[in-house]
Formats: sequence, structure tokens, C-alpha cells
Amino acid sequence: MDAGQSISAPNWQTQVLPTLKKFDVKHVAYVPDAGHSAAIRSAVEDPAITATVLTTEEEGIGYLAGAWLGGERGALLIQSSGVGNCINTLALNACAKFPLLMLVTMRGDWAEFNAWQNPMGQVTEQSLNLMGVMTWRADKPEDVVPLIHGAATMAFNGDSACAVLLGQRLIGEKEWVK
Amino acid sequence: MTTIKKLDRRDAVKALLAGRKELLVVTGLGSASYDVMAAGDHDNNYYLWAAMGSAITVGLGLAKAQPDRSVLVITGDGELMMGMGALATIAVSKPANLTIAVIDNGQFGETGQQVSHAGHGVEISKVAESVGFTWTGVITDMAGVENLRGRLADRNGPRLATVKVTAENPSRVLPPRDGVYIKNRFRAALGHAPI
Repeated sequence: MDAGQSISAPNWQTQVLPTLKKFDVKHVAYVPDAGHSAAIRSAVEDPAITATVLTTEEEGIGYLAGAWLGGERGALLIQSSGVGNCINTLALNACAKFPLLMLVTMRGDWAEFNAWQNPMGQVTEQSLNLMGVMTWRADKPEDVVPLIHGAATMAFNGDSACAVLLGQRLIGEKEWVK
Repeated sequence: MTTIKKLDRRDAVKALLAGRKELLVVTGLGSASYDVMAAGDHDNNYYLWAAMGSAITVGLGLAKAQPDRSVLVITGDGELMMGMGALATIAVSKPANLTIAVIDNGQFGETGQQVSHAGHGVEISKVAESVGFTWTGVITDMAGVENLRGRLADRNGPRLATVKVTAENPSRVLPPRDGVYIKNRFRAALGHAPI
């Protein structure tokens, strides 16, 4: 990681992977988002982590179920639009009680420039809840680590599906005109 | 147009699994699960009953978590095509111990024999080859099945074969449907305690 990147990433972003690793997370499956960029970059560089880029988010549901069958823990890093892609696949967690830890960066949530993000962003949390995924929202930097800690505890100690939503206010307004 | 030879699906799957020892098996929902169950239930089998399109991603996660074991995904052409992008994910992830056997009958057998994409001519092994699988094949006879079985223990995957089978629906042999039971049984066989 070069100095410029480490300075530009907010502190909460750099704490995500270390928090996951405290829970013995070995696999990070992801569809990229700017809000996850520091965590993804560190996961890819970390020899103790298998980082897997997905073509669509639901692949991560199956991947992490397979890793758990093999005895290892993982986390899924996606954007709120991708939650919609996961819906049917979440039956796997509902019926077989695979642990699932999702970190979801929000769009269509606050100060959204692109209104096409709003329909999914506005129902992301309810959609997850309807499929049996427990949710927590982080809107302040100091909430991120405690909420990931709480969700990981409940996912891995309770064979539960858990998601932490990282609010758009936390991530910051996307700069559209550069 | 030449007609290609086709296999009986139950015979092909039974031969592919014959003599298995350390092999870990994941099955896609529908007929492929029944074929594997008909060949004999096993603690090292994980049967999917839903999440269509997920058999190969479950196989990928398992292969990455258990790199010293051979992992075989047995699924139908329709099941796989619902998550075709996962072929690219697998090619990039390079699981050397993963083999995918696509039981290709060219139709959606569970829902009334509607012609599937494979039935319309999409050759899944060519897709796998083009995204970067290290070995792909089309199997139309038992010698081909034996050849694939001989490759399962190799560590130069990912591999994918389409196994061309006749479009008959043999009687259903149902695997256990309790997802928690199958999961815990599978994990226990690998030495992992329930939570």
C-alpha cells in the first residue's frame, strides 16, 4: 500500500479487515465498491486471506457456504444494489443455517446523485430482513468496528445470516464532477 | 448433422463416483442430486435443494477451504447456466482441486422437458475453456467417464466436462432435505464440530 492510499482511506475503512481477521475470517468474497476499497486492497495483499472477486453478488453466498462446509469462515463485501441479486440464493442460509457475514455499502440512501440507485437502496434493509438476514446500520465512523464485531459474533456463534449496512453518510457523497 | 452418442445419466454418475475415498461432492438441485443419491448416499456429499446456480460456487468455496481434497461438483446444464458468470470467477480463482461435471441432457428435466440453452446448442465446456479452465471436455461414452474419474485427484484444475446424457427422467431418488443435517454431517466428516 503506498502512502497516498493509506492517507486517503478513512480510518474506519482501514479497520474493517483487521476486525474480520479477529474473527478468524479467511475468505473475503467481493464485488467492488469505493467504500470497500481499503478492505479489498488489504484482503488481496494479505497472504492469510483468500480474496475472490465475483461477477455477481449471489456467487458469494454459495462460495461462503462452501468455505464453511470446508471448515473456514468468510465475509461478503458488496454494494446495496447487489443485495437484490442475492435474494433467492439466501434460501441457502435460511434452510441450512450457514453463517453469513455481509458488509453492505449503501447507495440510494443519502445525498444520492444517481436516482437509479434509490429503488434498491431504499429497500435494501427490508429485503434482507424479509429473507431472514439480521441487519445493523453504521452511519458514524465510531460505529463501524463495534457493529462488525457484533454481527460477526452472531453470525459465527449462531449460524446466522447477518449484515452490516455502511450508510452513505458514513461513506461520503460521491464526487460526480471531477 | 451428426448425432452424438449419449449416456444413461445414472450409469455415468455411478461410474464417475465408483471407488471414491476422499472425494468431496457437491450436487446442484434437481436430477443431478437424484443421480448422486442413487449412486449411494455419503457423508462427503452436499446436496443443494435450492439456490439454483450455486452448485459451482459452493464447490469453489469448498475447494479453496480444503485444498488438499478433491472436490467434484455434479450438476445439470440448466442449474449451471443460471450462474454462468461463476465460471469466470472460478477460472480467476484457480482452484486446482476442483472438477465440474455438467450432466447435460439439453433440457429442463424437472419442469416438463423444455429445451434448455445447452439443448439449443450452447456448449458449456467451450464457455469454460474460453474463460480459462485448464481442462475441459465433452464426454459421450463410458471411456470418457473413466478418463474424467482418473483426473479427479489431479491438482491442475479447474476442470469442467459436459457429460452428454439421454433426456430421460429416471425415477427420483431423493436425498435428505434437511439442510442443517446435511451441512453438519458433511462438516463432521471433515472433523468440524457443530457450533
